[in-house]
Amino acid sequence: MLPSATLYAIAGVALFGLGFYALVAYPHLLRKIMGMNIMGTGVFMSFVAIAYRGPEQTADPVPHALVITGIVVAVCATGLALALATQISTRTGITQLTPDEEK
Amino acid sequence: MAKPDRGDDVTLNRGRGLVLGLTVALVGGLSAALLTLPANTPRLAETALSRTPESEVLNPVTAVLLNFRGYDTLLEVAVLLLAIIAIWSMARQARVWIKLPDTPVLATFVRLVLPLMVIVGGYLLWLGADLPGGAFQGGAVLGGLGVLWVAAAVWLPPAWFRRLLRPALVIGLLAFLLVAVAVMFPGGLLLAYPPEQAKNLILLVESAAVISIGVTLTLLFIGGIPTRGDA
Amino acid sequence: MILLGLDLLLVIVLLISAWFALTTADLLHGVVIFIAFGLLVALAWVRLQAPDVAMAEAAVGSGLTGALLLSSLSAMRRAQARAEASKKEGDVG
Repeated sequence: MLPSATLYAIAGVALFGLGFYALVAYPHLLRKIMGMNIMGTGVFMSFVAIAYRGPEQTADPVPHALVITGIVVAVCATGLALALATQISTRTGITQLTPDEEK
Repeated sequence: MAKPDRGDDVTLNRGRGLVLGLTVALVGGLSAALLTLPANTPRLAETALSRTPESEVLNPVTAVLLNFRGYDTLLEVAVLLLAIIAIWSMARQARVWIKLPDTPVLATFVRLVLPLMVIVGGYLLWLGADLPGGAFQGGAVLGGLGVLWVAAAVWLPPAWFRRLLRPALVIGLLAFLLVAVAVMFPGGLLLAYPPEQAKNLILLVESAAVISIGVTLTLLFIGGIPTRGDA
Repeated sequence: MILLGLDLLLVIVLLISAWFALTTADLLHGVVIFIAFGLLVALAWVRLQAPDVAMAEAAVGSGLTGALLLSSLSAMRRAQARAEASKKEGDVG
């Protein structure tokens, strides 16, 4: 791979890791949803970096099409997750998932 | 309770050392996999780029999205509809379109920007055949228009407009399915557009999809079945 | 070489903004940084010769997701405040 493509591919993996850590480690629902989004962005970034073939050549259009599909599906999943989180908080007043909380 | 969210929600769950270790292992493994990726493997790129002219569009991404991988996009449009059905089946009626006090700056801004956004969305759709753009980008602009309309609440939509919401939500999937099935009848396969009709069919599907995508994104923002706040 | 340096700079800013979006104590600040992060990602797509993806990202990934997060955040804060207020009433009564 080209140096800049490698750079963005590794950055994608790092973003995936950041998002994964936030998704598991933080109890607040909104943080978890943001973490999920950043995980997705990391996957997209690795995809687009692999599709990159230098400034002279046209990049691979197949991963690009998949990523565009992915971005729109991701926003749908986010909307659904946020609707669920809002329902949870309006019905119970809980905004965080703390495992040791006894009700 | 002026600051319900501050402070207490940055506390981490127990076992964060384990999570950190897992994350480091994950990142390390994935990086190693990426770095050892074999170079110069045969790709779909050459096939996709060389056969783009068969779609009668110049933008290879549009050719892949709407023609070569049309199946993915068809299912994606279905996912958009499913998301709205899922939200509507659980959320109570969302009261939107409450008439706000008519501030001249907001009203003028929205009046100027909304028609412009319709033009930009349509232009992106038309442009998508040959240059970067397309149904998703155009639909995203229309979705932004919808969000701005709902959030600014400068005008209330008339009753006939609200009756059009549900048809507009499904028109993208319906048109896509109809085209996908219709091309089977001259003896073709599902979604296999005849090359001489490809561009017209792509534009037909995209024009229907752009409406559905815009409406879907707006309804995601509303987060429930929209009802008039003043009713 | 200069371009590679700029790419490196963009990547570093991306990672830092992602980290702050996820870990800032005030979630409102986090969401605003998340929107900025989305716009920076769109810049990365342009650098990777993916203008179609950049357009979708700038409009959907950053703008719409940001609007969704902001409206949900305010709904969740309202719900939490209501729950705490009714809890207090219950303690008194």
